[in-house]
Amino acid sequence: MGRYIIRRVLWVVLLLFIVSALTFLIFYELPSADPAVLRAGKSPDPALIKSIRHSLGLDKPVYEQYWLYMKKVVLHFDFGYSYQNSQPVRQEIFDRLPATISLTVGAVVVWLLIGLPIGVISAVRSRSFIDRLSMGGALLAISAPVYWLGLVGLYLFSKDIGKVGIFDGAGTYTPISQDPSKWFGSLLLPWLVLAASFAAFYARLLRSNLIEVMSEDYIRTARAKGLPERRVIWRHAMRSAITPIVTILGLDIGVLLSGAILTETVFNIPGVGRLAYEGIINADLSLIQGTVLFGAFFIVLANLVVDIGYAFLDPRVRYT
Amino acid sequence: MSPLLDVADLRVEFTTEDGVVHAVDGLSLSVEQGRILGVVGESGSGKSVTGLTVMGLTRGRNAAISGSVKFDGRELLGAGDAELRGIRGNDIAMIFQDPLSSLHPYFTVGKQLVEAHRIHHHGVSKAASRDRAAEMLDLVGIPDPRKRLDNYPHEFSGGMRQRAMIAMALINDPRLLIADEPTTALDVTVQAQILELIQRLQSELGMAVIMVTHDLGVVAELADDVVVMYAGRVVERGTKETIFDAPEHPYTWGLLTSIPRLTTPRGEELVPIAGRPPSLINRPSGCHFHPRCPYCLPRHTREDPRLEPVAGDTGHQVACLLPEDTRREIWRRVKGGVPPEQAREELLSGQEEAR
Repeated sequence: MGRYIIRRVLWVVLLLFIVSALTFLIFYELPSADPAVLRAGKSPDPALIKSIRHSLGLDKPVYEQYWLYMKKVVLHFDFGYSYQNSQPVRQEIFDRLPATISLTVGAVVVWLLIGLPIGVISAVRSRSFIDRLSMGGALLAISAPVYWLGLVGLYLFSKDIGKVGIFDGAGTYTPISQDPSKWFGSLLLPWLVLAASFAAFYARLLRSNLIEVMSEDYIRTARAKGLPERRVIWRHAMRSAITPIVTILGLDIGVLLSGAILTETVFNIPGVGRLAYEGIINADLSLIQGTVLFGAFFIVLANLVVDIGYAFLDPRVRYT
Repeated sequence: MSPLLDVADLRVEFTTEDGVVHAVDGLSLSVEQGRILGVVGESGSGKSVTGLTVMGLTRGRNAAISGSVKFDGRELLGAGDAELRGIRGNDIAMIFQDPLSSLHPYFTVGKQLVEAHRIHHHGVSKAASRDRAAEMLDLVGIPDPRKRLDNYPHEFSGGMRQRAMIAMALINDPRLLIADEPTTALDVTVQAQILELIQRLQSELGMAVIMVTHDLGVVAELADDVVVMYAGRVVERGTKETIFDAPEHPYTWGLLTSIPRLTTPRGEELVPIAGRPPSLINRPSGCHFHPRCPYCLPRHTREDPRLEPVAGDTGHQVACLLPEDTRREIWRRVKGGVPPEQAREELLSGQEEAR
């Protein structure tokens, strides 16, 4: 197990190097706005552009820029400065992280609370009216794009522009440290919107897992022991049906922590996803690099945690 | 003495998209305290469904069950869920074909045994249940039982898994054990050990056993009485000695002549039963066995035989339309190595036109 973890961590490091190199290459190879031009203001003087380019280090060859960048990242955990507002990127990301974590954790709680009970009920009463209704609703929720759902939600239910004012509108995000109740109110609609498709997906997944598990021989054994049906479902069947869901949950959390770009943008939540979006709009290389590396880090970390966690969830899995 | 288990006119039907499956069709059987009943038949003969129905485990809205299943005088069909749960795993226990898939992969063997004990012994401490579980593992011949309780099923060998299943089934001292093909998924050498174990435990604990199997060898080893099933019905029943020495039904003959035995003379050919098990949705007319029966006469495709006692032996019943003396004459020849076609030619050619 120990050797396995060491090997996996080495892979993570290698992977992060590859991701950063690819981001660098893409930034330079794909046509995008010239960061130096963007910073030089209206009708810039070529000499000014040249000096900005020099001060940002953009006149050096790509591999040298990459080398200098990675040296700072590895040695000083320094992700450089944003071209746009000259803030340290590391600081920017850490400032934005609480909003992203708030959005992610809340959405996870919401989709588990909605998705799992629906999945269980649909599986236990499969082919009933309630099952068909839930699965039909789930299909709708999965099909609805999150940005569309977000806009419709705001248009219908927000207090500022909505038809029926139930939830706080976009751009009202307040840090939990400032005002917990405002924090909750401002994030309620984003949570619901972000959680909708996940809840639907988890309900469908749990339903199909559970139906499959219920026909396993060991469920028949559990019944033959004289266990009540409730215990057969909740203890024996759920134990097997939930395991793959825990795996997927880990990966989904990793992806969301790297930034729910669409949701954060629609609701104007100052999270990492919105930061990445701003970086892309402004051709802000350090910002893009920083958010991509952070995202990649969360995703590979989630993968690692899930793989290691699986060995504890499924006793048949042993890593060497 | 009234039998421990008395199944009368049991019918189990499943409504499917393709039609109604007549899985069990008017089955009657009984098991006395301390006896072993072998239920023999091919796959699809309804033998496993019978076992599950006795346990009250035939589930689903599409299942229709009628008849009577009396255990120790209590009617189980239509009994409440709580009452059945009190009997299941307590008075009647069951073991299954594939011990690996029948044990929960995520729980230790000990946990599963303890659960089986505690569900029927409320208020017993966990430690006491664990002691009992270890005692059971020891009883079924698993060495170092205390340590083994903490193993997961996948850490057991196939034979040990079935031993653990047996330990779990017997942990509450059931009076009836239903064993559904308990050795089919195991190696031949392990099969013999498991059969020996079941036999030993049966005589030590004095319980009754229903051994559901397609293997007459298993029956020969263990059973006191035998029921031969075909297409959801009993086609022949009797003591083991009767079934092996004086079988009356062509299907039983087929089973007997299609298995190799150490006593089979060298060079003698095994005779497989022709054809395939019948569809339980569109069952053959008349005698359900007629499409595969080498001794079928035109009348047999129209008339449905009843299970009737054989003259001179009330315990021996058979459902066959052939006259009794003809049957005995055929079996005498077939047992002596005469091929079924030749026996038919010699004995039945004059009687009626062939199929």
